[in-house]
Amino acid sequence: MTAPLLQVENLHVWFDLEGGGELHAVQGVSFDLAEGERVGLVGESGCGKTTAILAVMGLLPPSASIAGKVFLDGEDILAQGEETMSPHRWVDVAMVFQGAMNAFNPVKTVGEQIVEPMELHGTASGKQARQQAGELLERVGIPAARASSYPHQFSGGMRQRAAIAMALACTPKVLLADEPTTALDVMVQAQILQLLVGLAADFGLALILVTHDLPIVAQVCERAAVMYAGEIVELGPTDALYHDPRHPYTRLLFAATPDLYGEDAVVSIPGTPPRLDRELTGCPFAPRCDSSFAPCATVKPKLISTAADHTAACHLNDPALKAAS
Amino acid sequence: MSVPSLPPTAFDEQAAVADIAGIEPRGRMAFLRAPALRRPSMLFGLGVVVFFVLVAIFAPLLEPYDPRAKTGAVYEAPSSAHWLGTDDGGADMLSLVIAGSRVSLIVGFAAALVAMLIGGTIGLWSGFYGGKSDTILMRITDYVLVIPDIPLMIIIAALFGRSLTNIILIIGIIYWTSTARLIRAQTKSVRERAYVTRARALGARNQRLIGKHVLPQVMPLLIANTVLTVAIAIFAETYITFLGLGDPSLISWGRLIENAFTGDAVLNDAWWAIVPPGVCVTLVILACTMIGMAMEDALNPRLRVGHLSVRRFRLRPLKGALETE
Amino acid sequence: MSTGAENGKPPLLEVEDLVTRFPVPRGFVGAASRRPKLAVRAVDGVSFSLRKGEMLALVGESGSGKTTTAQSILRLVEPESGTIRFLGEDITKVGSGRMRSVRRHAQLIFQDPYESLDPRFRVRDTVEEPLIVHGEGGGHSEREERVRDALTRAGMTPPELFLDRFPHELSGGQRQRTAIAASLVLDPQLLVADEPVSMLDVSVRAGILSLLDELRRTGLGILMITHDLSTAAHFADRIAVMYLGRIVEEGSARDVVRDPKHPYTKALLSVVPQRDPRATTTPQILKGETPNPIAIPPGCRFNPRCPIAIPECRATDPELRSPAGARAGHEAACIRA
Repeated sequence: MTAPLLQVENLHVWFDLEGGGELHAVQGVSFDLAEGERVGLVGESGCGKTTAILAVMGLLPPSASIAGKVFLDGEDILAQGEETMSPHRWVDVAMVFQGAMNAFNPVKTVGEQIVEPMELHGTASGKQARQQAGELLERVGIPAARASSYPHQFSGGMRQRAAIAMALACTPKVLLADEPTTALDVMVQAQILQLLVGLAADFGLALILVTHDLPIVAQVCERAAVMYAGEIVELGPTDALYHDPRHPYTRLLFAATPDLYGEDAVVSIPGTPPRLDRELTGCPFAPRCDSSFAPCATVKPKLISTAADHTAACHLNDPALKAAS
Repeated sequence: MSVPSLPPTAFDEQAAVADIAGIEPRGRMAFLRAPALRRPSMLFGLGVVVFFVLVAIFAPLLEPYDPRAKTGAVYEAPSSAHWLGTDDGGADMLSLVIAGSRVSLIVGFAAALVAMLIGGTIGLWSGFYGGKSDTILMRITDYVLVIPDIPLMIIIAALFGRSLTNIILIIGIIYWTSTARLIRAQTKSVRERAYVTRARALGARNQRLIGKHVLPQVMPLLIANTVLTVAIAIFAETYITFLGLGDPSLISWGRLIENAFTGDAVLNDAWWAIVPPGVCVTLVILACTMIGMAMEDALNPRLRVGHLSVRRFRLRPLKGALETE
Repeated sequence: MSTGAENGKPPLLEVEDLVTRFPVPRGFVGAASRRPKLAVRAVDGVSFSLRKGEMLALVGESGSGKTTTAQSILRLVEPESGTIRFLGEDITKVGSGRMRSVRRHAQLIFQDPYESLDPRFRVRDTVEEPLIVHGEGGGHSEREERVRDALTRAGMTPPELFLDRFPHELSGGQRQRTAIAASLVLDPQLLVADEPVSMLDVSVRAGILSLLDELRRTGLGILMITHDLSTAAHFADRIAVMYLGRIVEEGSARDVVRDPKHPYTKALLSVVPQRDPRATTTPQILKGETPNPIAIPPGCRFNPRCPIAIPECRATDPELRSPAGARAGHEAACIRA
């Protein structure tokens, strides 16, 4: 078994709060990513998924503190903070941000903005860079001649493609995509997802797709991690997550998503996620869980393996605890 | 095995209580507790303004001598009898400065109020109704903006006399333009908010929309802007009077400076005749500016400058309790 | 045309050939050089009807005209031509006075729960406002009673817990329920919901949608605007699919989703991701994006992107009619359906 390309180990992120105190936004997240693999990171607002991948890129503000390890090809790029992180940023690990299609500089052409990271990181410059930018645009489905257009002349879908091209400017090995299709129409969404899958297949690009939209992950990703209250509560093949969920939150999240042809009633999950500026006892999902029992309120479940490559943090998977109840 | 169907969960009371348990009520005036309002500059500004307002209110009680009476020699240097010396007529400078605070502050606040009323009304009308009235009002604003203030003041003073009321009106009529523009911009933006559209959709008339929905949102900014206008108005009074356009029977700081100038205070090395009123004007203007800016910052957090430096997150060593097994 | 009257009573809402255009300003240079006046034909001939106790989903992508249709019906945007009949009365051109009284019976729910509530109004003020605007509900205590009632109907129980809260003290779902309560307080007959759950978390959506479903059961007619076909499939009785300002297919939710007749509908359904990773549908990804409504293609407006277009499609602008083999009430605007 080859070593994974990206390995995140026990990642924690805290944010300092105005007026003292801390927000524990990411609480011990671990996962890995192999070359050419597409992994989904799913969760609702506030679960910490965006913060987690920003931490992997080292793009957090000074009010953040990080702990944990991020191994890229075996090297811990988080070890010395910014010093070890910056050589790899964009060159090895690149990101398509949430709302990237609106984050273009309106006074520079699209081509110039794709060339910019190349020149900044020294991977290409001048004529060669412009040529590569043209090739990148073609690769994402935009005619190379459009490199001299300005962002406002592109439609939303085209801007998102251009944002992906920008992320690929320095031929990274890992692409982190944060809600890449959220503001787009369903047809354009299909085009973008098709593009991402194609890039992963053709160039061995490893992809982490962060989204709240479960069906997208079900269709595009082979594996997925479900996050809740800053932690991964279940991690496994998307097929298993749907057909054999081992955490009530995963099961309920699927049940809360309407399906085109599904006949089952759609449910909602009452309550709200817990506050992350306080210490929690027991399982963070217990107050909203429909299957909680005795240990859930007091003992925090750890991620246990329930099948090959499938882990979940729920006491229901622990035969010893179930027997005792 | 498909996702097991669950009965749709109804919104229950427990969940509702749990929802709000963590949220502390803040109320409408929450912004008053914004950190921007606790800045040293704000507190200093507030302190200075309050100090001078009290001085102005209790002026007759605080004056050691009758400010209009000759109580010492001409241009007598500061001594224990006359803490700030005397002016060219032998009147006590300290009493004069204390007495002068009344007119200066009255003109400052009153003129700012006039400017706020004119500018606020025009801005609100323009921003809310748009269209032709907006174009006309903004053209008027532009014309008034362009007229040089001093010549205009000279002309009006010459035509209508130099009473206190006229001075207040002159200042108010000249300095409402920036308020109008600011309020117009704010009104336009508030008008487009979904809650205003919703209120209109349910049939609310314009009066109600403006009075209940738009004005409350615009008022805090209007107040902050008025405070800044006070500073401008006090300064305007000072130089109007300095130019000889003020009411000769009134004592104000500007008058004192004018007096010192025409009375050749400099030739007589009588710094005490010029400096104290100048310092008072400067302090009050500075204080109002600080208050106004702090209020604007509190109301519009986007005014805060973002970090332009390289962001450096902090690394934390993993403590024992956080290690996974 | 879909079935209108039932039991001899007119349907709640009847829209016929609605057209709403937005002129594109030419500017000084454009006018001087006599550039032809352009208009964005946001709604270009839309007809449908809605009965009491029915939920119709108006589905489409951006540029389809669905939101403009909803705004035109409530006259928040003035339509250029066509007829809007509400409870049998033609309200297309009535004056603002009459429109105000119509607005008691037709309420609008917005997409953004974070923006549609005035941050300075407490929940009680927001829900009470419609009563004050329309001068209803006698005294203070009577109004309070109706406010509590509306909050309970919207699922905010017990109302006491929420009455004095400000919007920033409520979750997204609670804010949306507050907005719904404010629309219910006048006992309307029609609710127009513009993407009511798209900005809410998944776990909260079903609660709001079930609430709308419940309200529908009590006799309200609901027009739901959405881009999410899965939501429409699950909660709506009927679906109308819009493309570039026209309805291209209309029928019961079941018919439209399981037996689509228009190629656009078929393509759209094929690209909607499904929950089950094992679900195999070959996605029919159309080329390009929806064209700008300024330049609507001649003939069938879908023909440039249509996978089954024939030369005749460029010449004919198809009408909505029931294709062969379709059930009653199921119509599509395609000559090849």
